[in-house]
Amino acid sequence: MGQDIKKIQEEKKRWSKDCLGKYTLKKAEMDWGMEIQPLYTPDDVQDIDYLNETGFPGEYPYTRGPHPSMYLGRPWTMRQYSGYGTAEETNKRYRYLLEQGQTGLSVAFDLPTQIGYDSDHPLSQGEVGKVGVAVDSLSDMETIFNGLPLDKLSTSMTINAAAAVLLAMYLAVAEKQGVNPEKLNGTIQNDILKEYTVRGTYIFPVGPSLRLITDIFEYCSKHVPKWNTINIAGYHMREAGATAIQEIAFTFADAIEYVNAGIKAGLKVDEFAPRLSWIFNTHNNFFEEIAKYRAARRLWAKIMKERFKAKDPRSWMFRFHTQTAGSALTAQQPLNNVVRVAFQTLAAVLGGAQSLASCSFDEALALPTEESVRLSLRTQQVIAHEMGVTDTVDPMGGSFYIESMTKSMEEKITDYIKKIDELGGAAAAIEKGYIQQEIQESAYRYQKEVESGDKVVVGVNKYQVEETPPKGLLKVDPKVGEIQIEKLKKLKTTRDNRKVEVTLSDLRKAAEGDINLMPPIIESVKAYATLGEICGVLREVFGEYEGTATI
Amino acid sequence: MSQDKMIRVMVAKPGLDGHDRGAKVIARALRDSGMEVIYTGIRQTPEQIVEAALQEDVDALLLSILSGAHGFLFPKIMELLKEKGLGDILILGGGIIPEEDVQELKALGISEIFGPGMISQTLVDYIRGNLS
Repeated sequence: MGQDIKKIQEEKKRWSKDCLGKYTLKKAEMDWGMEIQPLYTPDDVQDIDYLNETGFPGEYPYTRGPHPSMYLGRPWTMRQYSGYGTAEETNKRYRYLLEQGQTGLSVAFDLPTQIGYDSDHPLSQGEVGKVGVAVDSLSDMETIFNGLPLDKLSTSMTINAAAAVLLAMYLAVAEKQGVNPEKLNGTIQNDILKEYTVRGTYIFPVGPSLRLITDIFEYCSKHVPKWNTINIAGYHMREAGATAIQEIAFTFADAIEYVNAGIKAGLKVDEFAPRLSWIFNTHNNFFEEIAKYRAARRLWAKIMKERFKAKDPRSWMFRFHTQTAGSALTAQQPLNNVVRVAFQTLAAVLGGAQSLASCSFDEALALPTEESVRLSLRTQQVIAHEMGVTDTVDPMGGSFYIESMTKSMEEKITDYIKKIDELGGAAAAIEKGYIQQEIQESAYRYQKEVESGDKVVVGVNKYQVEETPPKGLLKVDPKVGEIQIEKLKKLKTTRDNRKVEVTLSDLRKAAEGDINLMPPIIESVKAYATLGEICGVLREVFGEYEGTATI
Repeated sequence: MSQDKMIRVMVAKPGLDGHDRGAKVIARALRDSGMEVIYTGIRQTPEQIVEAALQEDVDALLLSILSGAHGFLFPKIMELLKEKGLGDILILGGGIIPEEDVQELKALGISEIFGPGMISQTLVDYIRGNLS
């Protein structure tokens, strides 16, 4: 840097003793162990090789961003996670959000849909339409996207165990709209490993689940080339209590498992790696979150280039969606969440997100209302247009603190990945309960810190007030379950049931063999076989995953 | 109840909801306070939970739901508990339960509903106070 580091070190020592020494300082430490210094100087970044470690946006190792122009080219995609009740209600919410300036869709499915049960299944009772929209057949997907042109939208679908079926339905809707699959933009989550550890919507055992995932990789690389075939998720680990380091480390460990599975299935790494995408959780510690994303970009580029010998630069690029932290929201004084969400959204932007969902202030209590979701969309729009933070690429780059923490985080994440490698990779580490235990430890430690008052949560363990129960929360129509069951009854009398039988029998044969499952799933979907029928056939062939629980 | 006998508690996750950070943290806090704790794991049916409560001979059953399915699942569990003659177990609920649903759930025999932000000592004290 052309500066005399030795002189800076001497001066810092002097300043620490003569000036700072007079004060009593609070001790600050990251929850993953990094002690935070009172002040950062060029001394702390002197061993970072700018050209090789930081570099330029759009170039290896992408520390400063995956694209050269970042938000100077275009803003991030504003994509609120939404969906509830029936397909009709969800379509209405999507139209509203798009009218309000949202630029992408993100579909929340209800739990029966996520676990492959139709709304009339006994286990679906009470759950239909509650945490997302109920989808039983192609007919519901047609309604969700009614009037929404799929060639002009990008759609993210949070669906994992049943991802192949919902993707097939989306492709069928596109076909009905006359949209060429090559034009489709979007993402399915399709990340099963974290379902076993923290999210819980698994269906099949590990082996068949990985087969479904690699079948999707292969099918889309040939037919839906712009589709992000997996959205590897750290979000839910963080919600379950993981630290920022664990969030990235365990997600990368899962990703390494998927890349290995793709290669083992006979694919070349550069055929599918460019379509890997990510979702992370942007939490409260502002600078940590920014450094986290910079470290993750750099480390993933190195993993792809050095570990997997990927040659296509698009395989090295880490592009991510993030949502602000639901678990950071408080049920107490819910309006305080407006502030939390705004700062988390800003951190995501300064961290270089490609796509962003901001939680709504009422989400610790219920699904968001139209008004609260509009406020969180407006939060993104204010940051994008009014605050000047999008006027240059990676404005935080070069901060001594940020650069130093980026490096520390990269090292810590690398250590964790090494540990998981030693355990035999993510699937083995999950089977041994290692990842679950590590996350639970962090969650419990956090809880104890909040309860002891060491960690302040405004409105919860400090600055409390007497409150009356909040009014005007969204309530899902309790009749959704009955409405869906009626729709199913009607569907089963109007569709060509012979065709359903034939397509499901073809699917069964495919599942018993080893051909790609996407084509028979697409055929079944187009015959209006239900999600439950399709997953039912696969359940019979593949069996079901048995969850375990530890405390 | 004599102080010598350890309190046995079951923490259960009925329905399809996979959010069990809270259930696990609570389970561990109760264990650290000296209780015997059994955690059922996620995705349990009402029948499985009631059968497990019977087998394990628990003093208290804690039900956690964040998916909004409490309106169906809690009454179903209460009905099955009564059928099995387990009506005298202390039943508590937790998760995301709207205030307006609380009275109805209490009328079914659920003693108390705890929400987000609760301090675990509150729960420990509640259980000890209501079992003695």
